[in-house]
Amino acid sequence: MEYSRSELMPGVFLSHLRSDKFKTACMSLNLLTQLSRETASMNALIPNVLARGTTRYPDMEQLSARFDELYGAAVEPVNRRIGEVHCIGFFASFPEPAFLPGGEALLGEMCSLMADMLLSPNTRGGLLLPQYVDSEKEKLMELIRSRVNDKRSYAVQRCLEEMCCCEDYAVSRFGTLEDCEAIHYKKLTRYYREILRKSPVELFYCGRASLQEVEGAFRDALAGMPRGEIDYDIGTDLRMNALEDQPRYFEEQMDVTQGKLVLGFRLGSCMEDPDRAAIHVFNAVYGSGVNSKLFMNVREKLSLCYYASSAVILRKGLMIVSSGISFDKFESAKGEILAQLEAVRSGDITGEELTCAKRAVASDLRAAMDSQGELEGYWLSQALDGLDYGPTELAGLVEDVTKEDVMKIAESVELDLVYFLCGEDDADPEDEGEDDEDAEA
Amino acid sequence: MKMQKHEYTGIGETLYSAVLDNGLEVRVVPKKDFSTCYAAFATRYGGAHRRFSVDGRKLDTPAGVAHYLEHKMFDLPNGDNALAILSANGADPNAFTSAEMTCYYFQCTESFEENLKMLLHFVSTPYFTDETVQKEQGIIAQEIRMGEDNPGMVVYYRLLEMLYAHHPVRDRVAGSVESIAEITAQTLYDCHRVFYAPSNMVLCVEGDVDPESVVRIAEDVLPKEKAPVPKADFGEREGILPAETRRTLEMEVSAPQFLIGVKLARPESGAAFQRENIVAALAMRMLCGSSSPFFTRLYAGGLLNMDFDYEIDSPADTFMVIVGGESRDPEQVLEAFQKEAQRVAAEGFDEGYFTRSRRASLGARLRALEDFDSMCVALASGVLEGYCALDSFALLESVTAEDCRRFVAENLTPERMALSVIRPKVREAEN
Repeated sequence: MEYSRSELMPGVFLSHLRSDKFKTACMSLNLLTQLSRETASMNALIPNVLARGTTRYPDMEQLSARFDELYGAAVEPVNRRIGEVHCIGFFASFPEPAFLPGGEALLGEMCSLMADMLLSPNTRGGLLLPQYVDSEKEKLMELIRSRVNDKRSYAVQRCLEEMCCCEDYAVSRFGTLEDCEAIHYKKLTRYYREILRKSPVELFYCGRASLQEVEGAFRDALAGMPRGEIDYDIGTDLRMNALEDQPRYFEEQMDVTQGKLVLGFRLGSCMEDPDRAAIHVFNAVYGSGVNSKLFMNVREKLSLCYYASSAVILRKGLMIVSSGISFDKFESAKGEILAQLEAVRSGDITGEELTCAKRAVASDLRAAMDSQGELEGYWLSQALDGLDYGPTELAGLVEDVTKEDVMKIAESVELDLVYFLCGEDDADPEDEGEDDEDAEA
Repeated sequence: MKMQKHEYTGIGETLYSAVLDNGLEVRVVPKKDFSTCYAAFATRYGGAHRRFSVDGRKLDTPAGVAHYLEHKMFDLPNGDNALAILSANGADPNAFTSAEMTCYYFQCTESFEENLKMLLHFVSTPYFTDETVQKEQGIIAQEIRMGEDNPGMVVYYRLLEMLYAHHPVRDRVAGSVESIAEITAQTLYDCHRVFYAPSNMVLCVEGDVDPESVVRIAEDVLPKEKAPVPKADFGEREGILPAETRRTLEMEVSAPQFLIGVKLARPESGAAFQRENIVAALAMRMLCGSSSPFFTRLYAGGLLNMDFDYEIDSPADTFMVIVGGESRDPEQVLEAFQKEAQRVAAEGFDEGYFTRSRRASLGARLRALEDFDSMCVALASGVLEGYCALDSFALLESVTAEDCRRFVAENLTPERMALSVIRPKVREAEN
């Protein structure tokens, strides 16, 4: 696989990854803005409204009929937050010519359709159609309301929100119900025109077409894109320490049978010059995977929870431990989760634990080379950080991580907030006391 | 053991197949240039296989045994845990139990053969004690309870209970807190002996591997003798009409969740069944897929959102279509769906629409080939159902617009449809 990066137009960058091994090609187009309360809902809404129809294919039925003709090429609105950068746009995938009955090359038409969705939506009098805006608004509000349906991810989100209450990171990539409700199609059109002019754009392509072909196709397709002064002042603020001296505590009640305990940590001073490989290995030793300390001790040995695992959000310098527990196990589960962190700090790590962790991290990175979706995410976030090494190179760095490196990361980690989603007071307390779920193993 | 080689030139895949002397079916899809290898080892044994006969004896087991067994299979006689060993070796192992199969699998980028040996070894080595079986009960009880908080799972099982009057597919794969209390180490040994014989299993591998060596390893590690294949008893064949047509329940959800289900007549032969599956998938794509007039109209009207989807499912000798998602008014969606099916049954599908939908289906099937996980599981299901998943590309070519109209006309009539709904809890005295 060959990776290259170029600037096609002012503030429009292409990451090109040439590979012959896939049967479909994929690409993405992302407008970058600073994550903020004022714009989050509008950002979330824009790709969905744009996907409703273009001047050439004015409604969903006609637009999707065109995609069906192109062998079910999929162009989907995407809305991600990477650190405190809000990335919105489209992700597309379509078959490579070698596997189509007529050997048709779809690249040019796909770039042109994606650019049309971005630049030439169905408008009236230069304004986005109010019926499209209102209908997508309704759907976005439904989506925001629905986050309560999945208690596990809801609890993690709530923990992050409270932990980062003074930072942009508290803002959801969907914004809030109130902000969404307040969106008016005229205001949305103005904002849409503004980000078209100002936002840096990240394009990604992975497939069999050469750099030249892809550059050419995107240049032609985006020729009409209005570009003004580009706003490069976009990035993620890192907070090294917890907000208060003592970890904060938040509790919420709901009609649930299982409690969700989430601990939010700052990765701390190690983020001044982050050793990414060591941070990944630390996370694997401590809490991700079945050989981690959290799994082996909190879950298996002491049966304190149904699941317990850690995840790092590297770009924002955070770590989250998420667990499902019986309501009455709150203190003991929390105590043991922290005791295991202490164990990593003090170097209570066997050679076996370290080797397993390194193998797991390196293997995940190498496996990413086989998935276009993972590659897209990996390279987009590398582009945002101005980094240019691939997953295989990072896997190589993982091999060199030592026990001391891992201890150093653990030493730097600091608990900021504890969040507990528990049952309602009048509900029967869950006192069965036993353990685990795990849909998998 | 000589393997059969079959080239699927249009889609650039090669499939190697073999049946070992012990009856195990093996399928290998070699993939150059990929660092990931994937192996799935599956048995035709799932939540619905509760009653069966073996050696002339009839057995009736509690709900949840297959899933319980899956949890306990990872324990090895020396006290080790196979999940931990494979993970420590850099592999990413896991397992799932559905109504019709239990599948153990791993993905890795190194030491494939060593990992494959481990997979075959632990799945063919039962080791249970009353103590370890007892310990698992709390764990699985929690998993069952967690399912009770999951609206998607609740709305699904309630639909199955409406469609089928007595077929064991109605029972939760994990069983109930009461049913699993009846499971002992002996139950697990018995069911392992019956269902985990190689003659009842399939091994599928994808990656940059040598097919012959996969066969050699399987021959080395697994038992040599060919055991009789157990016969599952799913009860008397059910009629084509649903047992009930409406159920509604309140839960802690933000908007109503719903599923519409229709039971289908299942063709006897594997080949006919595979073709009917492809016809059904294409017919459903045209009737209510994301580019259909039905979906785009209801989406624009605010009755449906992007959660809406359809599925053709056939666990444990059943066959059904399930359609659903989230809507403020599921009854209205059902009514619109019935009307659309009636219209299509009368008018048929437009040729242009049919041609481009079939193209889209081809593209979607090509995309699915990129995913080792779904490819291996599809191959395994195909073997267990008596067909080859990779034949679907050629079969798709043979499907006509009239096949699809016929499918809709025969099956999607109002009296055949059941509707399962979960509504948001109405709270007295908000704030």
